[in-house]
Amino acid sequence: MIRKPLRPLALVLEARAAGRNPQDIERENIRARHEQARDVSRSRAESRLLVLALAFLSLFVLVAFRMGALAVSEPSEPQSAYTGPSIVAQRGNILDRKGRILATNLDTHSLYATPQDMVEPELAAQGLAEIFPDIDEQDLLRWFTGERKFLWVKKKLSPEQKQAVHDLGEPGLKFGPREVRLYPNGRLASHVLGGASFGREDVAAAEVVGVAGVEKMFDDFLRDPNHAGEPLQLTLDLSIQSTVERVLRGGMMLMNAKGAAGILMDAHTGEIVSLVSLPDFDPNERPPLPTSGSPADSPLFNRAIQGVYELGSTFKIFAVAQALELGLVTPDTMIDIRGPLKWGKFRITDFHNYGNELSVHDIIKKSSNIGSARLALQIGAERQQEFLQSLGFLEQTNVEMVEASGGKPKWPKDWKDISTITVSYGHGISATPMHLAAAYATLTNGGYRVTPTLIKDDYTERGPRVVSPETSRQVREMLRSVVRDGTATFGDVEGYAVGGKTGTADKPIETGGGYYEDRVISTFASVFPSHDPKYVLVVTMDEPELSTEIEPKRTAGWTAVPVAAEIITRVAPMLGLRPEIEPLPQAGVTRASN
Amino acid sequence: MRILVYIAIFVMVIAQGYWAYNENYETQKALNNAKRLQIEIANSRARLGVLNAEWAYLNRPDRLQDLVDMNFDRLQLLPLRPEQFGQVSEVPHKGVLAGELAPSLVLSALEVSQ
Repeated sequence: MIRKPLRPLALVLEARAAGRNPQDIERENIRARHEQARDVSRSRAESRLLVLALAFLSLFVLVAFRMGALAVSEPSEPQSAYTGPSIVAQRGNILDRKGRILATNLDTHSLYATPQDMVEPELAAQGLAEIFPDIDEQDLLRWFTGERKFLWVKKKLSPEQKQAVHDLGEPGLKFGPREVRLYPNGRLASHVLGGASFGREDVAAAEVVGVAGVEKMFDDFLRDPNHAGEPLQLTLDLSIQSTVERVLRGGMMLMNAKGAAGILMDAHTGEIVSLVSLPDFDPNERPPLPTSGSPADSPLFNRAIQGVYELGSTFKIFAVAQALELGLVTPDTMIDIRGPLKWGKFRITDFHNYGNELSVHDIIKKSSNIGSARLALQIGAERQQEFLQSLGFLEQTNVEMVEASGGKPKWPKDWKDISTITVSYGHGISATPMHLAAAYATLTNGGYRVTPTLIKDDYTERGPRVVSPETSRQVREMLRSVVRDGTATFGDVEGYAVGGKTGTADKPIETGGGYYEDRVISTFASVFPSHDPKYVLVVTMDEPELSTEIEPKRTAGWTAVPVAAEIITRVAPMLGLRPEIEPLPQAGVTRASN
Repeated sequence: MRILVYIAIFVMVIAQGYWAYNENYETQKALNNAKRLQIEIANSRARLGVLNAEWAYLNRPDRLQDLVDMNFDRLQLLPLRPEQFGQVSEVPHKGVLAGELAPSLVLSALEVSQ
């Protein structure tokens, strides 16, 4: 660049000649130079600002564009990255203790109609009525030709039905995908599982909700997608449950009983291996709640959990166990049983006359009402109540089913001496068979409180001690003698040393005022093997009557006991219990060695 | 010299472009593959569910019992009973069985078959 000199000689000379101040020229030139420099730096700053503005503008445009794109686009599952444990939007399965399926899901379709899209409503109605015999053709036609824009025809379709409807070729009939709850074993363990139905429904999907049993109890767990379809494992054993149901059903028919219940429970952990209530139902087609008659006669009613019954003489062992525990008696102490025992206006008698006195051991063996009443009077009302409380008889069981809260025991509000007497032989107090099973497990397992459970857990905490191991041993011996040569001799299964106690209680008249003469609840609560208890089995029959004899037999010894014995014979080998008997000689091999 | 640098840059641009596109195609292929696999997993899972349900349905105790009853002539299956438990000591020693006992066993088997 050519710099213009501040004091050009020519101009200076000229100015001197003209008599002007040559300093002005220099000042003028400095000013011009300053102006020039200012212009340059200004334009440079301006262009910098422009670039900066452009940069910011483009950044803002980019951000805005990205935001717009995110807002407009459909969200999609990231595919390139590992997304962690998968989320399964499916109701969890229910398994038995060995992992066999008790409840699972199946994809199927529902059928709905949009009458405005229909071409030939008459033909569609006719066709549908042929496919679904339970739908009336006239109803369908009325709906299809009426005002309605939308209607459900069928909530669940089988694949064959779907194809048949599809073949009708009617554009106004549409399918919506559905996931249905399937109980592949049908009636098996129906009361435990309960059932499921649809909650909120839409054309595209419907939520499956549990309506009873463990399905309802664990509804949140089974539906929670965070558990990724994790199954719920129960303590039930499918094959044992099936065997118990089969034997109990047979027994119920033989004994002409109205209903029956059976509970098989681990004596130490309280795990319920089998829980049966008859009559039962198919949870796939859960029947509606009964609108007439007693709810206790409905197949939906769970006799083992909800059925609150007076359980009769099975309670005698509690009075005896407590008397032993308190040190009031020993098994050999003789008790005066002369009857009838009069208490106020009440007369307590025995089924037979057992003489003047019996040992405590024989009171259980022969099932003497008077004997247990005398023991209970020695114990007193307050201590009796405390003991029954510690066995769990004064509150509902905590079995993990919604129905458990319905099984609230009943006991005398005003626990007088007469109540003490009747409670000692199981009258005036009502409880569920589940209470009884838990209490028998507690008394026989060495004295630890057992809480019944349906949920498989690898670790179960031992409950508090209720009776001493010595009392527990004496109780087991007495129960064993009942089966060996007492009231339950039909219950002896060779090799399994069954011990138990029978109970036959007259049914109270529903309308109040006393008891039926000819209707009983017969119960057998047993434990096997009695020298080393593994399992507790309670069998209850509602109004059994064995009419093959000259006189109809209703007592538990004739009804519940043989059924329980057959259950033990069938189930104990499946539970892996080895009988302590001589096995049959094996033909062939043994003979050949002679 | 300068021309060489230009040529080198040109070749490098081509090579990098090729590499970038190649990576892009590989990624897309992998993504598509992952997508396909995920669909396959979902389908397999659904199929597994159906098969499990079917297995459970076919193995339901009622059906098995009916099958046992139907095929009783051939199979003669009976419920497990306590008498069927044996002792280990009842099993003949392997050496004995292979030696002197074997002929009589064969004999008894023949008797049975007759």
